[in-house]
Amino acid sequence: MSEIAVSMRGITKRFGRKVLANNHVDLDVYKGEILSLLGENGSGKTTLMNMLAGIYSPDEGEILINDQKVEITSPKDAYDLGIGMVHQHFKLIDVFTALENILIGLPAKEAEKKCRTEVEQICQKYGFDLDLDKKIYEMSVSEKETLEIVKTLYRGASILILDEPTAVLTPQEITKLFTILRNMKDDGKSIVIITHKLNEVMEISDRISVLRKGENVGTVLKTETNEQQLTELMVGEKITLDIARDFVEEKHKRLEVKNLTVKNIDGKNVVDDISFDLYSGEILGIAGISGSGQKELLEAIMGLQKCEDGSSVIYNSTAHGVHELVGLSTKEIISYGLHLAFVPEDRLGMGLVGNMGMTDNVMLKRYRKGSGPFLHRKKPHDTAVKIKDELEVVTPDLEYPVRRLSGGNVQKILVGREINNKPTVLMTAYAVRGLDINTSYAIYNLLNEQKKKGVAVIYVGEDLDVLLALSDRIMVLCAGKMNGMLDGRTASKEEVGYLMTHLKEEA
Amino acid sequence: MSVSQIISWCVAAITFGTVIMYGCIGETINQKAGDLNLGVPGVMQIGGIAALASAFLYERAVTALNPYLSMLISLLACLIASALAGLLFAFLTVTLKVNQNVTGLTLTIFGTGIANFFGGSMMKLSGGVGTISVARTANIFRMKLPFLFGKFGAFGSIFFSHGWMVYLALVLAFAIQYFLDKTRVGLNLRSVGENPATADAAGINVTRYKYLASIIGSAICGLGGLFYVMDYIQGSWANDSTIEALGWLAVALVIFTSWKPKNATWGAYLFGLCYWAYIYIPGSVSKFLAEKLNLSKATYMQNLYKMLPYLVTIVVLCVVSRKKKRENQAPASLGLSYFREER
Repeated sequence: MSEIAVSMRGITKRFGRKVLANNHVDLDVYKGEILSLLGENGSGKTTLMNMLAGIYSPDEGEILINDQKVEITSPKDAYDLGIGMVHQHFKLIDVFTALENILIGLPAKEAEKKCRTEVEQICQKYGFDLDLDKKIYEMSVSEKETLEIVKTLYRGASILILDEPTAVLTPQEITKLFTILRNMKDDGKSIVIITHKLNEVMEISDRISVLRKGENVGTVLKTETNEQQLTELMVGEKITLDIARDFVEEKHKRLEVKNLTVKNIDGKNVVDDISFDLYSGEILGIAGISGSGQKELLEAIMGLQKCEDGSSVIYNSTAHGVHELVGLSTKEIISYGLHLAFVPEDRLGMGLVGNMGMTDNVMLKRYRKGSGPFLHRKKPHDTAVKIKDELEVVTPDLEYPVRRLSGGNVQKILVGREINNKPTVLMTAYAVRGLDINTSYAIYNLLNEQKKKGVAVIYVGEDLDVLLALSDRIMVLCAGKMNGMLDGRTASKEEVGYLMTHLKEEA
Repeated sequence: MSVSQIISWCVAAITFGTVIMYGCIGETINQKAGDLNLGVPGVMQIGGIAALASAFLYERAVTALNPYLSMLISLLACLIASALAGLLFAFLTVTLKVNQNVTGLTLTIFGTGIANFFGGSMMKLSGGVGTISVARTANIFRMKLPFLFGKFGAFGSIFFSHGWMVYLALVLAFAIQYFLDKTRVGLNLRSVGENPATADAAGINVTRYKYLASIIGSAICGLGGLFYVMDYIQGSWANDSTIEALGWLAVALVIFTSWKPKNATWGAYLFGLCYWAYIYIPGSVSKFLAEKLNLSKATYMQNLYKMLPYLVTIVVLCVVSRKKKRENQAPASLGLSYFREER
């Protein structure tokens, strides 16, 4: 190994009195290496790196850059020291062009023309593909990611921090990103990747530092470790990587979706003529590249999207009878026992109210059940306690604003609440997005339990391995169309991956 | 309706429009930095009363009056006072992170109070209601353009019969537009209003930008108050809070122009035409409309005419939001305080 680029010594960071995000963390980053920062949700990876990027300041400890002790009090300080961070939620301005986004905050004397040329040179050198005059709101996630990296490079970053860079990318885009990262590494740059995807860690990194509960529990060389060891370091105990998949004999048709079509604002079919059946006692996995119509499909079933003429969703339940759902209000659909737990990219955007505590968020879905004009907090409170205990939600108390909890905990509350409503049909989208392994398994088990109870479950997922292990059947969406229905027990990963990216020719 | 009536309608519209154009330009700068300053009416009153009071005291203090000096004194007093109001707003919303809506509304009440307090005091000094006059200073503000005044027929009568501040407003509108669109500092300012976290991460001092935008924006708003006092009501004062009504129109104009000061150059005058419609629309038209609408008196129509500027704003809002063009929308972080360590 060559020289040390960054050295963090005894870093401690608290949020308020209750949350200890980092506890005396030591971390070294060498020049010309890719270091993976591995850890569960809420283990303090992002917080630690935010202190390098000048977003937060450490409460204790010191940071050395090239053996010089430094104080990083603002992102500008970080840039001046050659540290650039690509945040999980991109820091880009939607109504600006790519070039304008690179220009903001730069001294006015740096001419636009010169900047353009230099940016183009950077793109060429490392193999980026970027249209500098494109507005951000017209860009795909991968383009935005590219722009963020180019931006930090243009600013002369020699230490690049990427926070969950692959979370929203397709497999092809990930391969491309990794090629670029290797180019940058060969150029002598230090790269830190925050992630919890083990296969990527093993693919790209030279060294791996594992954080657990805000502490650095070990740094290992890639060549001297394996996924099992890393997992143990991460979770602190041995866990089995198998997801249970029981077979439920008794099946009833719960949903019969026919010719479902949804148009977006521009009149494009985002859900295009989709027909399928959903049975009780099964988990129907939905695979697809993000934005292939998963969200709209689920929302259409829940009455949140306007369906085009000819669409039909027949709902058949023992308890509530047979209903055509298209045209019904969401309130009615919920009352028939259909529940949707959708985890949007920003987690809080849909489903929970950030400033409310757990009890109030539980109450949001059941306040109509009370009698009289006053709220009855007893039952929601009990439910909140139950969710907290069963899903091990970490919160100072039940009235603590959920906005301040870590993403994983927020998701547990959201999914837990929907399951608690005893659904006949349970639809979840990205239920484990951004969750650590332990929590993810807790959620898989919950879904399996529901399935065994005879609930018809739809699981929209991103991780193909999980989809293949969990689902009874897998529906693959591609560009809003249903591009295949596979048996989860026999389908191969390649098959699903192929269907996700290659639309079948119209017969 | 005669030609001379149309001309005087247009002239009145331009005078009116100039007041709100200043308010609109100032508020646009505020809003582009993400600060929804609803204190514009208050800031305009503070600017107006500061200009008036300084000229009033100066005129009383000296025997041999230098009207140009008086003009400069009142201009300076106006800028300082309204900039201080902007500083107050920034301190409350940026440093103390108080809710912007509450702060703005309070600032409006505060400004109205200050203006009426000093207005009342000056009335005492000058000898009663309606006796305040700084006509000598006001005349300098209202001095017509040399060379151009009285020429070019009707066009000249409409556009070249105003004091210099009418033209300053136009220049300012285009200059600020250029600043926002074409300069790097303008780009940074817009980024602060769109997404302060991004601006911060890009190394922009968000706090400084917000403070400066608030101070400079408010100072420009204050000029609207000065113009109102010196030109619109010709150097007098009444404790009737008319400025406040105009201040709210200035805020509406910001939305009407879809945050582009260049649009204020015609939008403000359009508002002026609408505002004065109740006086200039011929009686025969009113009578006709009143009959159609089953109103018992034609004068009732006047109250409907007074709604025109607001109606136009609503129509424009509908049209703009239908188009859904992202660039025409409000800055994304408008009205939100920025906490760096917010999770």
